[in-house]
Amino acid sequence: MRDWLVMKKFSQLIKKLDSTNKTNEKVAALTEYFLNADEDDKLWTIAILSHRRPKRPVNTTLLRIWATEISGIPLWLFEESYHIVGDLAETIALILPTREQSAETSKSLSQFIQEIIVLRTIPDDEKKKYLHDNWLALNYFERFVFNKIITGSFRIGVSQKLMTRALSKATGIDEDILAYKLMGDWTPENTSYKKLILEQNDEDYLSKPYPFYLAYAVEDNFREDLGPISDWSFEHKWDGIRSQVIIRNDEVFVWSRGEELVTDKYPEYQEFLKVIPNGTVLDGEILPFGEGEIGNFNALQTRIGRKNISKALLKKTPVILNAYDLLEWEGKDIRQKPFVERRRILDKLISGVNSAEIGLFLSETMTFDTWEEAAAERDFSRDKRSEGLMLKRKDSPYLVGRKKGDWWKWKIDPFTIDAVLTYAMRGHGRRANLYTDYTFALWENGELVTFAKAYSGLTDAEFRQLDAWIKNNTLERFGPVRSVTPHHVFEIAFEGIAESSRHKSGIAVRFPRMLRWRKDKPVEEANTLSDLKALIPR
Amino acid sequence: MILRKEMPKPLLVFNDKGIYCQQADVYIDAWRPVDKCIVTHGHADHSRWGHKHYITHHNNVPIIKHRLGEIAVTGKAWNETFTINGVKFSLHPAGHIIASSQVRVEYKGEVWVFTGDFKTEDDGLAEPFEPIKCHTFITECTFGLPAFKWEPQTEVFKDINEWWATNKSEGRTSILFGYSLGKGQRLLKHLDTSIGTIYTHGAVENMTEVVRPYYKLPPTTLITRETSKDEIKGNIVVAPPSAHGSTWIRRMVPFVTGSASGWMTFRGARRRRAIDRGFVLSDHADWEGLLSAIEATGCEKIITTHGYTDIFSRYLREELGYDARTEKTQYEEESSESDKKMDTSTPLGDLNSEYQRNIVNIDKIIENED
Repeated sequence: MRDWLVMKKFSQLIKKLDSTNKTNEKVAALTEYFLNADEDDKLWTIAILSHRRPKRPVNTTLLRIWATEISGIPLWLFEESYHIVGDLAETIALILPTREQSAETSKSLSQFIQEIIVLRTIPDDEKKKYLHDNWLALNYFERFVFNKIITGSFRIGVSQKLMTRALSKATGIDEDILAYKLMGDWTPENTSYKKLILEQNDEDYLSKPYPFYLAYAVEDNFREDLGPISDWSFEHKWDGIRSQVIIRNDEVFVWSRGEELVTDKYPEYQEFLKVIPNGTVLDGEILPFGEGEIGNFNALQTRIGRKNISKALLKKTPVILNAYDLLEWEGKDIRQKPFVERRRILDKLISGVNSAEIGLFLSETMTFDTWEEAAAERDFSRDKRSEGLMLKRKDSPYLVGRKKGDWWKWKIDPFTIDAVLTYAMRGHGRRANLYTDYTFALWENGELVTFAKAYSGLTDAEFRQLDAWIKNNTLERFGPVRSVTPHHVFEIAFEGIAESSRHKSGIAVRFPRMLRWRKDKPVEEANTLSDLKALIPR
Repeated sequence: MILRKEMPKPLLVFNDKGIYCQQADVYIDAWRPVDKCIVTHGHADHSRWGHKHYITHHNNVPIIKHRLGEIAVTGKAWNETFTINGVKFSLHPAGHIIASSQVRVEYKGEVWVFTGDFKTEDDGLAEPFEPIKCHTFITECTFGLPAFKWEPQTEVFKDINEWWATNKSEGRTSILFGYSLGKGQRLLKHLDTSIGTIYTHGAVENMTEVVRPYYKLPPTTLITRETSKDEIKGNIVVAPPSAHGSTWIRRMVPFVTGSASGWMTFRGARRRRAIDRGFVLSDHADWEGLLSAIEATGCEKIITTHGYTDIFSRYLREELGYDARTEKTQYEEESSESDKKMDTSTPLGDLNSEYQRNIVNIDKIIENED
């Protein structure tokens, strides 16, 4: 009796988390769960909420086909429904025959997940039977949770930070310590709740990174609010991949900010073993580096996506590490030392290194007497391939997560261009059934050429207004996509620009988003593709 | 199949003003001012301002007068036949909201029925939906997707009342959103007054007062400037959706919000509105309701007017073999987002070729997603 309640308990937890928008209530629901659930289930819950899910055992085409078979609806109708619902797991849960009461199952969450892991390896007809049986045994919400575990993407508005806070309340362990314990490449299959959360253990310590400290953007009037400028150290904000490089026990480990172990992608860093002593952890930026200077972020894309790093690629797009902080030294966690003290050790360490040969550079620190001087340096950012300046308080410790106060980013203003809305697609999640994902185009020889997609930057009210307009001004429908009458002009902001052979326009822009809806601007007055090309730095 | 060669023109046509019966020179639920208009129910998109003469069910007369002021209106009883230039008209319960009708139109043995808006479940307040045999069935399909399946309302109201009781035990006020006409009264009718007192927003209170003479409803207390915070605490407030996020609502702190709507089927819809709890409760038919209503009419032809019209009529054609098509109207379409009427001016493309393209593209999408 107790056991079958467990999967229910988990889906009730998800339901509770899903049915409130209030952070305190989410934390309370999670805390209660962590106080009462079985250890294995707690571990899997932590894993699922920190994006460590079992691999998808069935491809989604088969899921769709099998779900429509039970429901007795044609596949095209399933697809139409999916475009409107905006979530595959939810669509499947909705179209299956209703069940008022779920059957009593003797399975716990971890047993369910064990079965889902095994599911990957069994033949399709057995997979189908497994899914059929479970779909029909569970009620709507349990079915939704079950589908979510199978399909991945468990977005329910619970950040890892929020989960860590609840776990801290339930266990009495400090939040920052828990954040550290939860880092790394553990899975519920290679650890246990006791080992991961409760025990002090040195075993996994070898590759374990520290939680990253993240900066907020400067606020209005920051020059007055930040106190004397002499309290601050400045650096350029490098446009690469934030990472931690760990050297322990004659091994190198490279972690990305997304807590992914990416050591294999950057074989260059093995060189560090020659010059960096064991018991060192560096915080820095992975940057493309060719012909003696920092390259464009676009060059890095070719390194990020590849599983196998070929010799040719290594030669074509070499990377370096631009180090800016030292978190561990001589085997000791030195995050509580003041920034300048950590930097003193780091500067000394790297000054003895042949940077060009080893591929390890130092992110230069700067001090300014006036904000005007700092602003003048910031104006050089694009020339230096940086995104602006970082401000770090000289006496600050290295904190955990995104915290206000000691680190700030002072980014340069984005590039902007006025473009025409040409296509719209329905959004997902909380934007399901609303047209919120847009394609924008620029003029070239009297025609509109697609240059970017964007889906952020408008208010909810603006999205609703535009959604209604789109539904009434559709030219053609292509599944979830509609082409619309070229009419609305939007100011599009973006961070970087480079030539690209993969894009129809010949241009790739980074992080495009809508800055303003230019209702004042007629469609003929939107910018041209040549206007965009003129923005590429020479 | 009965062919009627003597009548080349359809009995009802869709023109730029509304659904029109030329033989009788009468409109149904017109969206632009006309001389004579039969009105199915009191929602703004069906009973518009500016017609010279309105015909509607007796109980709907005070409702549209409340909304539109002093208008020329004739009330009719259920099943009462009135003939205009040889065309026989009658009103039949649609079960959508209180006093909502379907319109039956008969001329020379040919019968058409227009549903207005309808639902098949008896909600204990609105006169229950009555299936009418016809040749051509003009139907709404607001929720014409298989993803929409309503639970019996007894289950939903059990949840709503439990939610209220829980909120009360935690010292919080429950605020439940529903339209001031229809959903509002349906909620009032089934709230468990042993838990506490029902308070109302002015819009809900006014409309409820209008219909009280015809429908038995529990007592309600209007929230006024004098109503104190302590007095409301732990009780339930029924308010229109537009009150969400208003300053009016702030005096109810601490409160929890709930919304009762068919759109609450989608998790995204509830989260987007920042509502704490969504109850799936609709005054429209769900997928099965639409299909069973169609079957009960014994009709040959179907015209879909608003909702997921193209998807639903494709299903009727391809899977069930009906002669089904869509006509463009100005009844609220996919109106999940606002109470406002939309400026609908979409040209209707060639639907068939549109479907063909969709099929091709869906196949592509399936391939690409893996």
